[in-house]
Amino acid sequence: MTGAEFVPLSLPPLLIGICAAVACALPGNFLLLRKQALIGDAISHVVLPGIVIAFLFTGSVSAWPMMVGAALASVFAVVLIEAVRRLGRIEPGAAMGLTFTTMFAGGVLLLEQSDTSTVHLDVEHALYGNLESLIWLDAVGWQSLADPAALATLPVELPRIALTLMAVIVFTWLFWRLLVLSTFDDSFALTLGLHTGWISLALVVVAAVAAVAAFDAVGSIIVIAMFICPPASARLMTNRLEVQIAWSVVFAVISAVLGYVLAGYGPLWLGSDNAVSAAGMIATVSGVILASTALFAPCRKRAGAPRH
Amino acid sequence: MLLEALSLQMGYNATLVTIGACFLGVAAGVTGTFLYLRKRALVSDAISHATLPGVGAAFILMVMLGGDGRNLPVLLFGSAVSAGLGLLCVNWLTRQTRLAEDAAIGSVLSVFFGFGIVLLTIIQTMSAGRAAGLEGFLLGSTAGMLWNDAIVIVLSGAVTLALVLLLRRPMGLVAFDPEFAASSGVNIERVDLAIMGLVMAVTVVGLKIVGLILIVAMLIIPPVTARFWTDRTDRVALIAGFCGGAAAWIGAAISATAPALPTGPIIVLVSFAMFAVSMFLAPDRGVLAAFLRHQSFQKRVHLRQGLLALAQEQPIYETYTMRLLHRAGLALPDGVPTEAGKARAAKALRDEKRWQLVRADQSLESAAALYDGLREIETVLTTDQISEIDAQIGGPRGLSE
Repeated sequence: MTGAEFVPLSLPPLLIGICAAVACALPGNFLLLRKQALIGDAISHVVLPGIVIAFLFTGSVSAWPMMVGAALASVFAVVLIEAVRRLGRIEPGAAMGLTFTTMFAGGVLLLEQSDTSTVHLDVEHALYGNLESLIWLDAVGWQSLADPAALATLPVELPRIALTLMAVIVFTWLFWRLLVLSTFDDSFALTLGLHTGWISLALVVVAAVAAVAAFDAVGSIIVIAMFICPPASARLMTNRLEVQIAWSVVFAVISAVLGYVLAGYGPLWLGSDNAVSAAGMIATVSGVILASTALFAPCRKRAGAPRH
Repeated sequence: MLLEALSLQMGYNATLVTIGACFLGVAAGVTGTFLYLRKRALVSDAISHATLPGVGAAFILMVMLGGDGRNLPVLLFGSAVSAGLGLLCVNWLTRQTRLAEDAAIGSVLSVFFGFGIVLLTIIQTMSAGRAAGLEGFLLGSTAGMLWNDAIVIVLSGAVTLALVLLLRRPMGLVAFDPEFAASSGVNIERVDLAIMGLVMAVTVVGLKIVGLILIVAMLIIPPVTARFWTDRTDRVALIAGFCGGAAAWIGAAISATAPALPTGPIIVLVSFAMFAVSMFLAPDRGVLAAFLRHQSFQKRVHLRQGLLALAQEQPIYETYTMRLLHRAGLALPDGVPTEAGKARAAKALRDEKRWQLVRADQSLESAAALYDGLREIETVLTTDQISEIDAQIGGPRGLSE
């Protein structure tokens, strides 16, 4: 494969996939340790009503209103889950399941009711994303990377997800101490006078922003997979948080690259001429990684659990 | 229009869907109860998403063997197999690794679902696939339901329901108190497996009607709704079955009245409406009941403190207390007690003194434990005991003695 083919067709989706995977995996580490792993699942479901409502308000499929709508829907869902949990004294898992399925149902109903047949907005698209279609038409080869005119025509998803990734990294770096403390020993953090309630909400909001930005480019299924699988695999590799986060980034990148390549070229090697869904393949690869770490990783057992 | 639909007079297809959905709703509500009481509600999310690769694989297999590929029982069998695999993965990850159950659920659901989508895209490119309409399993598609499909759904729904009824005793025992169940000789693991197996059956049956994403709602919402109304396991199951069935019936009927009303989402929304009503209006556990309880408690505390203040001739600054006293005719707006107020205040002060002695007396310990500053002493002690205490306090005495 030459640069003339690779740069316009594969480079942008590959970069977008990597950025989305890492942006989701970073907050995923903390969510996993706080036993809130399924927040990612809930968020990726409630994104749908947010996007549909934003579309009904603006009447067009433009990215920013939709991202705002989706982010608002995520925050609303988190508040609603908490309200249902406290008001009804219901256990958190059930409160979550109840809230996100209802909001998702509302989203599907709105979508069916509104006249969206003329625009590219449907449930399948929301689930799979369209990673493969994010191509860079004006690129002619590696030299385009230095050409401002060609760079201006990059798919808009790429700068957007890159920006989100930067924001996630900055958030993690700035609030590192607070995040770590409140994750491992919330009461101790409280005695130090730190506002852990605030940081928990901030973490969920950052996760929501990452999910929404990634969702826009790659669909909700990778979002859930990247929130949970790379951090879970990394958790089985080590007992140190810094190392865990490093592993999770490595696993996320491997999943994105290998998944994209297998989806695009795997069927060709097997003699078929149609590619399969890259989003689905990336999730599958992350699952294979998790399976192998669950079988062989050094720290896969609970500390103190008897060895078999 | 809606009445016609509710009474099954909207035509052949709508009737099939309504009856099928209703069976499914009852089965899901009852099964979900045990899942919810076992605090594993979200396992159903993993199970339902894990059905997708099974559907895809069954389709591909059937086409490769030269069949049509859209044989519903075979597709459902395939989905059951992969859902079972997903369930085993969740259990294995939770038990054999350090990952918590939520992480296991999340990873299984995303990976299985992702792989299912890979299979769906393969099917879309297969010449025999004819875009098979397998996407219908995501959100349910009741539009083109055939008589055979409906029979499969109603029959398997009925079998599931019968199994739930048969196993309700051990399942209730395990869900409610696993330790007690184990000590009375119930094999917890096997019962857990039965609960999960039934959840799987409900999920598979529900694929065609509400789709795999929304079946989770049918398993979770009715039990949560039912839990507001009662504290007894069997009644929770009964009410959950009723709510599930009713929501499915009403939802399917509403969706039959207009073209752009998909069955699955409408059923979920009806179910949620029932939940919201229950959360606010249920007696005892409902939000409104809790609010009223709090109000009346607040009122009693204020009244009591106000009376004590009147008796000791202290000024009352709290306007709410003042308003309560005035409204009860115990004090004038300027804080001067009325005759009735003086009498009640004197009694309140004397009761407080009586309580003081009760709490100091070792032999009345069990009565003293009931003291909370509000309880009437007459409801705790007999008249004899009270007059004994009064003898200790002594009657009113003059100054010159």
